Amino acid sequence: MNKLNGVHLNHNKGTKNCETIDFPLPKSVVIPMSQHMGAPCECLVKKGDPVTVGQKIGDTDAFMSAPIHSPVSGTVTDVIDFLLTSGAVCKAAVIESDGLQIVCPDVKPPEITDKQSLIAAVRESGLTGLGGAGFPTHIKLNFDAVKTPVDTLVINAAECEPYITSDFREMMESPMDVIEGILLVQKYLGIPICKLCIEDNKPEAIALMKKKTEDIKSIQIVALPSSYPQGAEKVIVYSATGRIVAEGELPSNQGVMVMNVSTAAHIYRYSQDGMPLIKRRLTIDGDAVTKNAGNYFVLIGTRVSELLDHCGVTEAKKVLYGGPMMGICLYDTDQPVLKNNNAILAFKNGESPKTTACIRCGRCVRTCPLNLMPVMIENAYNAEDVEELKRLKVTLCMNCGCCSYACPAHRPLAEINQLAKAMIPRK
Amino acid sequence: MKGLFVSPSPHRAADMSTSKIMLTVIIALFPAAMAGCVFFGPRAAAVLAVCIAACVIFEALCRIVMKKDQTIGDLSAVVTGLLLGMNLPATVPFYVAVIGSFVAIVVVKQLFGGIGQNFANPAIAARIVLMLSFTPQMSNWVKPYWYSGAVDAETSATPLAAEWLEFQDATVYSVGTSLRKMAPFTLSEMFWGETGGCIGETCAAMLILGGLFLIVIKVISPATPIAFIGSFAVLTLIYTGSLVETLYGVLAGGLLIGAFFMATDYATTPLTTKGKVVFGIGCGLVTFIIRSFGSFPEGVSFSILLMNLLTPYIDRLTKASPFGAKKPVKS
Repeated sequence: MNKLNGVHLNHNKGTKNCETIDFPLPKSVVIPMSQHMGAPCECLVKKGDPVTVGQKIGDTDAFMSAPIHSPVSGTVTDVIDFLLTSGAVCKAAVIESDGLQIVCPDVKPPEITDKQSLIAAVRESGLTGLGGAGFPTHIKLNFDAVKTPVDTLVINAAECEPYITSDFREMMESPMDVIEGILLVQKYLGIPICKLCIEDNKPEAIALMKKKTEDIKSIQIVALPSSYPQGAEKVIVYSATGRIVAEGELPSNQGVMVMNVSTAAHIYRYSQDGMPLIKRRLTIDGDAVTKNAGNYFVLIGTRVSELLDHCGVTEAKKVLYGGPMMGICLYDTDQPVLKNNNAILAFKNGESPKTTACIRCGRCVRTCPLNLMPVMIENAYNAEDVEELKRLKVTLCMNCGCCSYACPAHRPLAEINQLAKAMIPRK
Repeated sequence: MKGLFVSPSPHRAADMSTSKIMLTVIIALFPAAMAGCVFFGPRAAAVLAVCIAACVIFEALCRIVMKKDQTIGDLSAVVTGLLLGMNLPATVPFYVAVIGSFVAIVVVKQLFGGIGQNFANPAIAARIVLMLSFTPQMSNWVKPYWYSGAVDAETSATPLAAEWLEFQDATVYSVGTSLRKMAPFTLSEMFWGETGGCIGETCAAMLILGGLFLIVIKVISPATPIAFIGSFAVLTLIYTGSLVETLYGVLAGGLLIGAFFMATDYATTPLTTKGKVVFGIGCGLVTFIIRSFGSFPEGVSFSILLMNLLTPYIDRLTKASPFGAKKPVKS
């Protein structure tokens, strides 16, 4: 088995020993109705409505979606049109907290007796992948066991992005939640083997999880080499099982289901207390953070500006949802924390280095984990040669950013790959 | 918070730039260039200086005339000048060196769009143009330390030069010729570079040192030099049946500087490792054929130029196969 290409990054995991603390209750929150891959929710509340903690405020009949719940108790002060970082606009509920955090009477532990009730419960919890992409978890769980039987659950705890330590803290602080979550999924979905994959730059987590799973035969702890993008879905499936998720396939086609470690822990917690996904653990760090860098339990919808104020950020030029390799820039710090944000990073320098001419050094080719040829894709994109772009398989690009990172001419290759993908007409 | 930058990911870049890469190449070439200056004296240093200065000035002028961003800061013109100078004899007239720099920078590099766009290695193309246009001046070889007066110095293009030219390669590989009789140098002299030849190509030790440095810091891939030198050595060994002659062949002429520094030029060689191997083997094969059967004593420059021309085709045939890609269904 060959090792896939990638890049070696400075880990910058300065917050790894920062125990998670509750972030103070915000006075008001902004809850966009689109916090997941798929269709946005309909807003179920209107201006002036009273809401309670855990009350469902957004839902839809669409297949690919996940409901949204209120993280605070209080009053809906407005329902606004909200500009997402993707450029799309959706509705968002602005809720003023009354500071009492009265829990909604609907919040009670779900009855889980079989696969369907587990999937229904996970849907009701509003859970989406907590690792970053925001894929609705219940859809992932609802694979077709006949057509694509899954025999391996890969738990993604690689956390290969620099700075982020929230998954690491999840394992260190609540290892039993992780394990119980895994066992729950294994039990009701009938998945015999689980591989919990952790990058070897987190030896404490590997040791702890090994100790806690000593007597559990179905869970194996796998230490993966620290190499970005080890946590990318296709990469981690290959590293953990040697199976290749081919073009156009889902991991389930190869008998694998990949789940983020915090997502697994959340499934267990929901099964115990019935509290939907209204808060999450995230890392606040970056060179513009002057104090209190660390891990926090933050209510979904908390404005990022409040986090930055708490961490003494006064002069940031770039603020990111997520890590420095795949994170998304905030256009305004009044944007809220979303379900899939594992980190908020603030940096002093926001300017990209100056782009110079391509010297054909081939570093983009050598670093691409999927063996794509960004240098040739750029040429084909400039020539608007759609057939060549198809031949170069640009659609496989997962935007990990290794090519742009490695380019000595600082060409925006990852960006061009995405533009090139959009050039290929969909069937 | 106002004034945030918004850009697509990634938001990190490796601490690497074109000028840093070029600087490492200059550093790698430095020992061999210095050795050339020691063997061939101040005159050699002057040739290197003229080439570098002329290349940088031509590059700057071109960019001004073409109204493009100035690119002398990327140091690629310095690398071209240094490489060209190292490929000239120490006695070459300065105007020839300037003409060579003009060909390299203006004709071969900038007329095709500047760095990364040229189809042929500028220094190689310039060397070939000079070799064909100024044959006497380009084959006026001198012995090491000729400038010190300690050896029988003869600087003009006279019988000595002819003899050296004769030595240079052709006779070494002629069938049935005893190499030892013809070659006035020992293997050790060949290794350390105390032989006649171009300024920067004689000192095998320093060229290998520089090449290994570039491989270790991952500026060049070992694939090309291994394929180039390896295929040439294997063919020569089969053809001559003599390990000593093979070693002479590897150490002689421009093979090492070509394999480590010119066949590894990014712009004019294939992208993938597979392509680099094909390129290297092609270079080794052509060099062997020209040296053994051609009318020119040296084939390294021609082999690299020829393979430069084939690079787009090699690239097309040696594309990386994407991870998990499905072959298109042929209808």
